Amino acid sequence: MAEAADVVFVDGVRTPFGRAGEKGQYWDTRADDLIVKAMIGLLERNPNLPKDRVDDVAIAATTQTGDQGLTLGRTAAILAGLPLSVPGYAIDRMCAGAMTSVTTIAGAIAFGAYDIGIAGGVEHMGRHPMGTGADPNPRFLAEKLVSPDALNMGITAERLHDRFPELTKERSDRFSMLSQQKVAAAYAAGKIQPDLVPVAIRSASGWGLATQDEGMRPETTMDGLADLKTPFRPHGRVTAGNASPLTDGATVSLLASADAAKQLGLGVKMRMVSFGFAGVEPEVMGIGPIPSTEKALKRAGLTIGDIGAFELNEAFAVQVLSFLDHFGIDDEDPRVNPWGGAIAIGHPLAASGVRLMTQLAAQFAERPDVRYGLTAMCVGLGQGGSVIWENPAWTPGSGKGAK
Amino acid sequence: MATDFSKLVSLDPDEVVTHSLVRDVTLPSGKVLALVTLDNGRDHTRPNTLGPNTLLELKGVLEGLRDRAAKKEIAAVGITGKPYILAAGADLSKVDQMADRETGVLMAKLGHATLGMLSELGVPSFCFINGLALGGGTEIALNATYRTVDSSIPALALPEVFLGLIPGWGGAWLLPNLIGIENALEVIISNPLKNNRTLKGSQVLELGIADAMFGPATFLEDSLRWADGVLGGKIKVKRKNEPGKLERAVKWDVAIGIAEKTLKSRIGEVAKSPYRALALLKAAKNTDKATGFAAEDDALADLIAGDQFRASIYAFNLVQKRAKKPAGAPDKALARPVNKVGVIGAGLMATQFALLFLRRLQVPVVITDLDQERVDKGVAGIRSEVDELLANGRIDSDEAGKLRGLISGTTDKADFADCDWVIEAVFEEVGVKQQVFAEVEQHIAEDAILATNTSSLSVDEIGSKLKHPERLVGFHFFNPVAVMPLIEVVNAKKTGDIALSTAMVTAEKLRKNAVITTDSPGFVVNRLLAKLLGEAMHAVEQGTPFETVVEAQKPFGFPMDPFVLLELVGLTVGAHVLDTHHTTFPERFFESKALHELADYGHILEKDGKGKVTGYDKKALEIVAKHRPADATPLSADELRIRIEDGLADEIHRMLEDGVVAAAEDIDLCMILGAGWPFQMGGATPYLDRVGASQRAFGDTFHHPPIRGVE
Repeated sequence: MAEAADVVFVDGVRTPFGRAGEKGQYWDTRADDLIVKAMIGLLERNPNLPKDRVDDVAIAATTQTGDQGLTLGRTAAILAGLPLSVPGYAIDRMCAGAMTSVTTIAGAIAFGAYDIGIAGGVEHMGRHPMGTGADPNPRFLAEKLVSPDALNMGITAERLHDRFPELTKERSDRFSMLSQQKVAAAYAAGKIQPDLVPVAIRSASGWGLATQDEGMRPETTMDGLADLKTPFRPHGRVTAGNASPLTDGATVSLLASADAAKQLGLGVKMRMVSFGFAGVEPEVMGIGPIPSTEKALKRAGLTIGDIGAFELNEAFAVQVLSFLDHFGIDDEDPRVNPWGGAIAIGHPLAASGVRLMTQLAAQFAERPDVRYGLTAMCVGLGQGGSVIWENPAWTPGSGKGAK
Repeated sequence: MATDFSKLVSLDPDEVVTHSLVRDVTLPSGKVLALVTLDNGRDHTRPNTLGPNTLLELKGVLEGLRDRAAKKEIAAVGITGKPYILAAGADLSKVDQMADRETGVLMAKLGHATLGMLSELGVPSFCFINGLALGGGTEIALNATYRTVDSSIPALALPEVFLGLIPGWGGAWLLPNLIGIENALEVIISNPLKNNRTLKGSQVLELGIADAMFGPATFLEDSLRWADGVLGGKIKVKRKNEPGKLERAVKWDVAIGIAEKTLKSRIGEVAKSPYRALALLKAAKNTDKATGFAAEDDALADLIAGDQFRASIYAFNLVQKRAKKPAGAPDKALARPVNKVGVIGAGLMATQFALLFLRRLQVPVVITDLDQERVDKGVAGIRSEVDELLANGRIDSDEAGKLRGLISGTTDKADFADCDWVIEAVFEEVGVKQQVFAEVEQHIAEDAILATNTSSLSVDEIGSKLKHPERLVGFHFFNPVAVMPLIEVVNAKKTGDIALSTAMVTAEKLRKNAVITTDSPGFVVNRLLAKLLGEAMHAVEQGTPFETVVEAQKPFGFPMDPFVLLELVGLTVGAHVLDTHHTTFPERFFESKALHELADYGHILEKDGKGKVTGYDKKALEIVAKHRPADATPLSADELRIRIEDGLADEIHRMLEDGVVAAAEDIDLCMILGAGWPFQMGGATPYLDRVGASQRAFGDTFHHPPIRGVE
């Protein structure tokens, strides 16, 4: 019989994120090369891990064709120099791809089937624009199962503004400006860089090296945001300034059973407590993280008040605000995305989940007063995903989060 | 200081320029490295090359970086290439059009002035050898302060000596001072002469050419991190092969002496470039860089202006280009697919064929002979060759299993029924060959192709008894079959285009170079060797000392002298070849009665216990003396040399008049690939033109203008 095990997050890294499109730093870099370089960086940072001990590799991408096709987990494992005995597979849950890689590998570890797994995701939105090659079933429309508007994420964000009139454009803009400022401050303090794997990039001016996120706009002001166009609706509220930009990037993490981590001398940055995924109406996919978080909390026997650190994916500012309102959390609560989020850093769909985890893990290391943290995100076609983590550095009685 | 390179630049207005792109890279420490990427804007099938415009652009870029270094804007300079390629060396496409020695000097100086800057930037320079590096590409790396190499590069080499040049952009001085004299001799002289052997990444590291090696997946990232470590002092670069005082005082001259001796015994003293390289390496022991580079300028200019380099480039282009697009080859689409091969015969030659077809075509091969015992022996022999390939790691066990399964033997020619291609390797006699083909033709499909490996018989005559003579083609291999790259494909009068096309496509699949010839005696290689060997045997029969004969042919620079060659091919075979040619062309080709008797006796050369030639066998000399006619006239070395030169020129001229091959280029290609005639001769015709033999023999030259230097 397989024996149930605790699942730990050993480490996570990512490539710097690039702006999608011809002018972006990764335009001439393959998507699979991004995930491979991230994996090599992860393996180099964990030299104690014998490569043949990796039981499986799960890599997510939303558009699984071309350089994001061919069963990414397997191809990336081979290209990253893992022994051929290590298997791998590909995952797709759109924006929650990497998060699902983590929970799927975690499930196998928890069940006792695996000791060690690699989980991550990649999205090269420049080479693979959202929805490329999709062929939605005509029944969606004929039977009014899913409105065509539900396939355009910007329109779903506008709809959140309609549904919750208290979520104003001004609140969205302010949240976005602060996200930019928080990321800039985190960069200045050197919080982000340690988990970045530099990537050699080809360009019209020769080889270069990508060492930081490309989409950041620290100079953002409320006035500047107010003037931006609302591409999804005339006189709408969603702009390029209060949404995450189209982004290229890859993330990857190393998961283990607590016993295997101990035996191999691997560091433990987080312990997985619970996770949950949930579905909502596709037309308001942004609220997906609310039910998924409720599920995860319930399974963990926790309440929202037990969470001391939040890493929420900022697909759209309005969508994060809907979550905060639901749980009665202030827009500027310092527990929420203290180093900023996807609005500034970028959101390479299937890669973002592990970025949230890597950033939460880095905060855990600095915050022994925090016991529990949440990573959560919305997903296209009306879903949400949430994972609750425990801080191994937590010291009982040191403050908030102590039960 | 400011040399005018315009004369050089104007040589090629259409140069494919390799651009020097620059980007600043911030290293982990915060230091800035200016990274130069060499990129000609084409894909990997058109490697970066270094022509005059390319060098001038790089020079300008490096001058700019030197200024930025002085302003402390950058802490280092890196240089690397486009994917898979650093640089494939100097652009030699127009070098044969240089009108004078001075242009050659400019080419040497521009290379030095440009590449030399990599050590004069005021900050350290790093070459990240990311891919193919040949000649000048390798010298870019050598001129840098530090080097890293990608473990997966296809090749790094200094092949200049192979082409009749020397590494003249710093290589000849820098390399021995970096990796020691013995290693440098290997890279600069031995490897080019060993069929242009190249180095893999691990050898580049081991020899000390590179200071560090990284895997391909993150080569540039790792190299940049390493460079940061070197700049910050965290990484200390140790060069274990760098020559010390002791090496310079003791080992250096000894190594040069040994190398010179080896060279003389291996290739003689005709080829100039190895000896120029040797002289430069010798001097590099105790000269400074400026002196070393000046000596390279001189040597490079001399060689570029000389005959041998022009002939070498001509030969190189034949082997690289013409060999890949054989003249007169019919449309490839006509070729029949070859999905099963039959080999008639189970002897040594037949089993060599069977193994080659098996390995390259990966289709069923069936061999046949007169009795089961011979067939079984043949099949067992091939299977044991397969085992050997497996043991040597040349193939894996799955492929070995596949090959063992694909070979079979039979005594029943009915088993050839479904063969698409049947080749014979039976006794060299028309009747025998006619008979085996007639027998096979009863069983095989109407459109199956027949091939004969005859070296001296008429293909049309062999095919004269066939119901379908158009399916027969000559397919003449050279021994040893696995090694020699040439096949003479004989397009006999009756040979049809389908058979010819199938032969050409099959030769390519066998990874051989095929040249199409008519059905004429000796085709190309044996006819010219018969000329040469006939003259040699005739001369000794006339009382010319063996030593004089050897002396007479020395200026050609052949890979071996006529008597060594005769012993290699076998004296019986040699005598037979002379007979055949004498029978057809009695007025131009000598037969040799002495050679027949020598064949019966067994040898010409006297050898010591280790097989080293020590002289001529006394009995052999007696046999030759016995055949001396009363009116014999010994020849002087010069007289004989001129006879050979003029005889070859005349014979080649006749062959071209008769259309044996499409052009003089094909004769040269055959002699280079089939007889190992040297690049510096350009095969045969450039040499014959430049020594005046063509003029003497037929009042013209083969090439217009002749392929020769401007010295």
